[in-house]
Amino acid sequence: MADEKRTAQIRRREPLSDAQMLMLISIGIFAAMYVLAMLTLKGGFLKPQQIFDLLNDNAALIIISCSLTVVMIGGGINISVGGVIGLTVMSCALFLNNNGIENSALSILLTLLLALAIGLGFGVLQGFLVSYLEIQPFIVTLAGMFLARGLTTILSVNPVKVTHEGFLALVKTKLKISWLGYVAQNGNLIPAKIEIGAITAVCVVILMALMLRYAKLGRNIYAVGGNQQSALMLGINVKRTIFLSYVISGLLSGLAGFVFLMHKPAGNASVAMRSEMDAIAASIIGGTLLTGGVGNVIGTFFGAMILATIQKIIALSPLNASWWQEMANGAMLGFFIILQSVVLSARSKSRLRLFNNKASPGSGG
Amino acid sequence: MEEEIVLTMRGICKSFPGVKALNNVDFTLRKGEIHALMGENGAGKSTLIKVLTGVYEKDAGSIRVDGAEGEAHIHSPQQAQQIGISTVYQEISLCPNLTVAENMFIGRTSGSRVNWKEYEKRATEILGSLGIPAQAKQELSRCSLAVQQMVAIARAVDMNCKVLILDEPTSSLDEKEVAMLFKLMRDLKSRGVGIIFVTHFLEQVYEVSDRITVLRNGELVGEFTVQDLPQVQLVASMMGKSLNDLAELEQIGQKSRGDEDIVYEAQDLSSAECRPFDFSIRRGEVNGFTGLLGSGRSESVRAIFGADPVTGGKVRVKGKNVRITSPRDAMKNGIGYLPEDRKRDGIIADLSVRENINLALQVMRGFFHPMSKAQMRKFADEYIEALQIKTASQDTPIKSLSGGNQQKVILARWLLTHPDYLILDEPTRGIDVGTKLEIQRLVLKLAEENMSVTFISSEIEEMLRTCSRLIVMRDRKIVGELTGDELTQAHVMKTIAGGEA
Repeated sequence: MADEKRTAQIRRREPLSDAQMLMLISIGIFAAMYVLAMLTLKGGFLKPQQIFDLLNDNAALIIISCSLTVVMIGGGINISVGGVIGLTVMSCALFLNNNGIENSALSILLTLLLALAIGLGFGVLQGFLVSYLEIQPFIVTLAGMFLARGLTTILSVNPVKVTHEGFLALVKTKLKISWLGYVAQNGNLIPAKIEIGAITAVCVVILMALMLRYAKLGRNIYAVGGNQQSALMLGINVKRTIFLSYVISGLLSGLAGFVFLMHKPAGNASVAMRSEMDAIAASIIGGTLLTGGVGNVIGTFFGAMILATIQKIIALSPLNASWWQEMANGAMLGFFIILQSVVLSARSKSRLRLFNNKASPGSGG
Repeated sequence: MEEEIVLTMRGICKSFPGVKALNNVDFTLRKGEIHALMGENGAGKSTLIKVLTGVYEKDAGSIRVDGAEGEAHIHSPQQAQQIGISTVYQEISLCPNLTVAENMFIGRTSGSRVNWKEYEKRATEILGSLGIPAQAKQELSRCSLAVQQMVAIARAVDMNCKVLILDEPTSSLDEKEVAMLFKLMRDLKSRGVGIIFVTHFLEQVYEVSDRITVLRNGELVGEFTVQDLPQVQLVASMMGKSLNDLAELEQIGQKSRGDEDIVYEAQDLSSAECRPFDFSIRRGEVNGFTGLLGSGRSESVRAIFGADPVTGGKVRVKGKNVRITSPRDAMKNGIGYLPEDRKRDGIIADLSVRENINLALQVMRGFFHPMSKAQMRKFADEYIEALQIKTASQDTPIKSLSGGNQQKVILARWLLTHPDYLILDEPTRGIDVGTKLEIQRLVLKLAEENMSVTFISSEIEEMLRTCSRLIVMRDRKIVGELTGDELTQAHVMKTIAGGEA
C-alpha cells in the first residue's frame, strides 16, 4: 500500500514532505554506513546474519524507540522507558523464578502479562499526569524513571538470573532460515538465526507504522503534535489523544522489558540504563522532530539500526572502547540535527520564495 | 414573506474580573446573508464570537439556532460545530503538518480507521466545487495563507454549517487573495449559509456585507443594513464620537516641515532580504515606505534596524559613520523599531505590561545596570497614562490585552528609550479605527517633538495623512519618492503600478 502511494506520488511529481525527506536521509545514511562497513571491515558484515544480530541485540531498543517516536510526534517526551525496562526485567525474572506455577506455558504467559501490566501502569499514570493535569512531560517521566529504578533496586539489589526452564527454552528458540545462512569452515551449514524478540520488534514497527498512518488515533497524534490548539478546534479530543500516546508508550516499554529478558535472561538494577537516551537519539536520527508533529517509526527503526551499526563497527574496529562508541553516537546525533535543520530551512526558504513570487503580482497596498 | 433566521442571540452578558465584556447584547443572523460585526478593540466582538462558539460560557442570555429545539447550550467548539456553527479564525486553526484532505476531515469522521482514498476523493470534489486552488494530497504548510484559510472554510462548509464565522479573515491576505475569498463568501451565501464577518477593513465591509451590527464597549449600538449606514456614520457609531478628530488630524498632517539636519542616512544598504538602496531621514520628519505586499518595504526597514543580516552599505547617524548589524547596534544609535508581526517579534506574551514596557530600556542600559522596581513602576504608569493603554494593572500579562493595546505597549517600550528615529512597521494593522487614529496622532506629535519617524502601512490613506514623504517600492526596489503635491492617492497608486502616465 505504502509503496503504491509513493509511486503514485512520484508519478504526480508531488514534492516529498519534510517528514519523508528526513526519513529518506536516515535510510540513506544507514545504507551508506552498512556498505562502508562491508567494504572495510568485511568479516561478519558480509553475512546476512549480521543484520539479524543487529536486530537480535537491539530488539528492545527498537521497541522503546518506536514508543518514544509515538510520544514525540504528539509533542511529548518519555524518558522513563529505560527505567520501565529495568523494572520489568527484574520483576519478570523474580516472578519466573518464584511463582511456583507447574504449567510452564501459563507461567510464561503470566510473566508477559505482568510485563505489559507494569508498562501499562506507568503509561496510564504518566499519561494522566501529562494530559489531564497538564504537568510537563519531561518532569513527569523523569519522576517515572526514578520511581522505576528505585522499585527495581527495592525488588533486588543483587542480579537475578532466570532459572525457569521453560523460559530458558524460549530464550533459545530461534527462527532458522537456512538459505540466508553460510557454510562454516568445517563445512557445516550454519543457518541465519532470528530471535523471537527481533521478530516482535519488527512486528511492533509495522504495527505502529500502520497505526500512525491508518488509524484515527495515529493521525490525531500527528495533529496534536503539529498544533495542539488547532487540533482542539478541529474537534480532536486532545487530552485523550495525549493520554493514549503515553499509554502506548508505556505498554511498549513493558513489552520491551519482556523482549530484553528473552535476549538476556537476567535482572539487574542497571539493566537498560540510559537506553531512553539511545531511544531519543534513534527517533531524532530517524527524522522525528522534538517539536512534535513530524516523524514516523520506519525512520526510527533505521535510526536505531544506525546506532546499532555504529556500535558494531566500533566493536569490530581497533577503536573498541566505550568512549569511542559514545563519541560516535554523539557525533552522529549532532550531524543529524544540523543536517535536518539545514535541509528544513533550505526547503522552507524555497517555499517562502514561492509564496512571495505568487503574492507580488496584482496585490494591493 | 419573513426572512429565515438561523441564529438568534438575546440578552447576552459576559463579565471578566474587573470588566463587563458584554452587556445585554442581541444579535440576529439570517439565512444567506453576510453580516459584518463591527466595533473597536475591546468592544466585545471577540467575546461575542467566543460565547457563540463555546470558548467562553455566557453569564446570561439565550442562543437559538435554526433546526435545534429550544435554547442551544454550547460549551465547547465541538458542540458548536455539531449544531452548525463553524469558525475560521484569523490565526489559521488547522494543522500545518497534515495534508489538505486530512485537515478537512480529521476529528469529524466515524470509525477508528482513516480511509485516505475516500478523504482525498471527497476533498478533491469539495475543493473543486468551491474553486479552491489546492491539492488534496498537499501538505497544508505548502499552501499560501489564503488557501489555508479557504481550506478551513471548505471544512466548515462540508460540515453543513448554517453559521460560518470569519474572524478577521483578510488581515494577512493581499488584494487578489481577498477577492478570491470574497468570491467564495458570496458563493456560500447563495447556498444559504449565514456568514458573520468580523473585520477592521471598512471598505471590505461595504464590498460584501448585507448587514452590519455595531458593538461599543460591550453594548449593542444597533443593527443596520449596509445602505442605511454610510461609512462615516459607521465609524462614528463605532467610536461613539463625531468625526471632528479626523479633520483635526488632517490639519496637523499638513503642517510642512523645514529643512533640518539629517538624522539617519544610508548608502547602498543591503541585507540578505533586500537589494541595495539609499535612504535618509531628517529630524522631525515622518516618511513612509509603501508598495505592494512583498515589494520589500518591510525588508528595507528591517535592514535599517539590523533585524535581518546586513550585507553591505554605509550608514551615517547624525553625521557619524556607524556600523549597524544587529538590533542592539541600532538601539545604541537611537533607532527604535516596532515590528510588523507583534505576536512573533514584539510582545513577550507571559510578561507583564510593566516588564514589556521596560524591556528595551533595560537592554539599552545593559545587564549590569538594573532598574529599580520603583523606577519601572513609574515609567510604566507614565506611559499607560500617556498612551491610554487599557489594562487592569501594570502587572497584567500582556497577552490578555487586546491587539491595539498590545501595540501601544510596544510603542511605549520604544518611546521610553527616547529614540531619535523610530520605525513603525504596520503599527495599525488589526486594530480598531479609534486606536488607529490615536496612533497616527501620536506619530505626528512625536514628529513635532523632533523625533524622526518611518511609518509603514497597507492603507494608503493613512500614510497620506501622516507622512510628508513617501518612498514607493516595487519588486524590492525603490521606484519613486513622493512629496508635497504628489501625495495623492492617485499618484501613489500610479507609482506603485509603474505606469508612466
